[in-house]
Amino acid sequence: MNKKSKFRNLLSSQEFIVFIILILLYVGFSVLNPQFARYKTLVTMFDYACFYMLMAFGVGLTLITGGVDLSIGTGLVAYAAIGGTVIRSFEMPVIVGMLVTLLVAVIFGFINGVLVGAMNLPPFLATLCTSMIARGVGSLATNNYATPWPMASQPGGWFHNIFKIQTEAGTLIPIGFIWVIVLMIVMRYVLNSTRFGRYVISIGSNKEATMLSGVNVKYYHVMVYVVCGLFVGAAALAYAAATPTIQPGQGAGMEMDAIGGAIVGGGISFRRIRNNSWDFYWNLCHPGAESWFAVYWSECELATDYYRPCTAGRCID
Amino acid sequence: MGEVILEMKQIDKSFPGVHALDHVDFNVRRGEVHALMGENGAGKSTLMKVLTGIYKKDSGSIIYEGKETEFHNAKEAQDAGVIIVHQELNMVGDLTVAQNIFLGREPRKGLGIDDKKMIKDSRELFDHLKIEIDPMEKMSDLTVGKQQMCEIAKAISHDAKVIIFDEPSAALTEKEIEDLFIIIRDLKKRQLGIVYISHRMDEIKQITDRVTVMRDGTYIGTLMTKESTKDEIINMMVGRIIYEDPKQQSACPPDAPIVLKVENLNAGKMVKNVSFELRKGEILGFSGLMGAGRTETARALFGADPKQSGTIYINGEKVDIKSPQDAVKYGIGYLSEDRKRYGVVVGRSVAENTTMACLDNYLKGFLINKRAEKNVSDEYIKRLATKTPNSEELVMNLSGGNQQKVVIAKWLARDCDILIFDEPTRGIDVGAKNEIYKLMNQLVSEGKSIIMISSEMTEILRMSDRIVVMCEGEIKGEIDISEATSENIMDKATRNIS
Repeated sequence: MNKKSKFRNLLSSQEFIVFIILILLYVGFSVLNPQFARYKTLVTMFDYACFYMLMAFGVGLTLITGGVDLSIGTGLVAYAAIGGTVIRSFEMPVIVGMLVTLLVAVIFGFINGVLVGAMNLPPFLATLCTSMIARGVGSLATNNYATPWPMASQPGGWFHNIFKIQTEAGTLIPIGFIWVIVLMIVMRYVLNSTRFGRYVISIGSNKEATMLSGVNVKYYHVMVYVVCGLFVGAAALAYAAATPTIQPGQGAGMEMDAIGGAIVGGGISFRRIRNNSWDFYWNLCHPGAESWFAVYWSECELATDYYRPCTAGRCID
Repeated sequence: MGEVILEMKQIDKSFPGVHALDHVDFNVRRGEVHALMGENGAGKSTLMKVLTGIYKKDSGSIIYEGKETEFHNAKEAQDAGVIIVHQELNMVGDLTVAQNIFLGREPRKGLGIDDKKMIKDSRELFDHLKIEIDPMEKMSDLTVGKQQMCEIAKAISHDAKVIIFDEPSAALTEKEIEDLFIIIRDLKKRQLGIVYISHRMDEIKQITDRVTVMRDGTYIGTLMTKESTKDEIINMMVGRIIYEDPKQQSACPPDAPIVLKVENLNAGKMVKNVSFELRKGEILGFSGLMGAGRTETARALFGADPKQSGTIYINGEKVDIKSPQDAVKYGIGYLSEDRKRYGVVVGRSVAENTTMACLDNYLKGFLINKRAEKNVSDEYIKRLATKTPNSEELVMNLSGGNQQKVVIAKWLARDCDILIFDEPTRGIDVGAKNEIYKLMNQLVSEGKSIIMISSEMTEILRMSDRIVVMCEGEIKGEIDISEATSENIMDKATRNIS
């Protein structure tokens, strides 16, 4: 393939078009509402993009196997709420809360994995049930109270620095996206160059043939959901850092933003995911970005009014 | 034979980089069965696709019922009475037989569908063809053979004048093929023109009146079936002579060590008390009708399906095979009859498929050593003479024979000593078939042992050293190749079917 046709392919690729639309949207919103173009809005968007993209990474894996995980939305909120409760009510150090969050997320992922991978339940149904259970568990664990994680200024607030740091001059730098990019590169290698990735794609492409090749399909299928859970756990931490309080029982619908992002934002049909995973994780750059626009599309008016106090509040903190 | 109903003259068609059809002539008369033969890729399907308007021809003319015609799509051809019965059946499993036959043109009654009329019409159609199928039955409950009959009935209900059968017998048992032939002879009597595409020489001799042979997109010639010999036709097809003589004597010494011993294997309803032995360097043929439980035996042995009881010994040692992983660990490889579903991951590359069963050998820490992977797959491409541009090519772009070679490479790369070939040459053309046979012979001479399940009698007689005949889930007998004839095998295979 010569250079010119490669360039033309790039221009006409869905990914590129989505990217252009993204820029146009940003410019459009900025013109419509000058508030939108402010740096603070950008920081908030990065906050949101961070956990949406982490969710998209996880659920993307399940999509590759031909399944889905619908429990990531309510799950994310429940895991963050449980972690928050551990810190607030049991007065544990933040690190313990974080580990508990990840652990609960992995346990839920494991349950999903067993239901789908080992018991062969339809992923849509199985994870829908888990999604409801996660919502209930989150509410139970917190006694249905809104649970705040420590503020940036409070003891234990250091965990905010994982996703966002403040310079001495007071400027917030959303470094969460660096982790996202690092993870993107890592996951790209995982999918293309490791045994795990190879088998995940094979399972999605032809589960029977993979099984008959002597691959422990059940194990890898379960692991996909466990890893998905781990990503959602990480997303829950990012969520906890981005939101002032965790409202248990929330989160329904967030999974659709992540899934929608993984598919539409990546410009990938299911078939292409399975057949051409090479650039899957590069494509996942978009969904997060896409997702914030999805959020802002509906909440554009609110965005400046509602989110500003939060961000502003944290700035003062 | 009546007058010419359909004539294709000087049909030419190119795809980017391929001259698929080079000025091909072909015609069909009323009341004849005209065989269209050639290896895979010879252009038979392309020719038929040009005829039915799926592809647009570059030049040439099609004269149908005396008028120059060009169909723009399959529907137009269908409406004019030119119908293809595809190799892959296009039936909706969850609908009834009648619903399938009238799919897309259901008789109406008010706002709804006139079910009664549909069922009545289907019944008349079946009576007319002397087929016994209940139109109320669900399509997925029928055997493949019966489904094919439905497809034919559907074609006829379209008021067909020319019917094209694209490898109709590929999935049928010998008995079902007989039934199919009765119907074809009946259609012939009604002055329909029939095109019959098949790789099976004995069928061509049985049913067809004329044979047209194509090779590499060109027209080679047309013969009267009665006046031609099998070798003559094969010669035209491949441009070289291939022998299909049965094996006279076992190539495996009688004192060769037993590598696999199965005792009283029971699994599901289709495997009852199956016991057999496999020797080193032997090809053990599993013969029987479709549904005799051969594939089920293989799958149970391989751990793909659960078994109720039975002991398996490998090299004299008792082993416990619970899953394909265990089987692979003990050096058993299974080549499924349905390659695309169970054999290869078609959406992935040749290299990835080659290392599928032995990826652990190509790991460098966490990462896959892609260079080593490419080397090993290139090695097998060379050794098995797999036709692929390179090891990066997706398996879906390879022909059936080459896909089969990829599966063989997968098991050889895993260093399996016992290979189960389930219908090794299904859907593979004559030339590639011979290559697969050669490979199998080469493998056993290298000390591998092969279990070969096959529904083709010629294949069984040509390849096996010993033949096990199954019927209704039980082993009905064992015959040494020196005593085997198609008669005594069929006798055992059908013994308790009345």
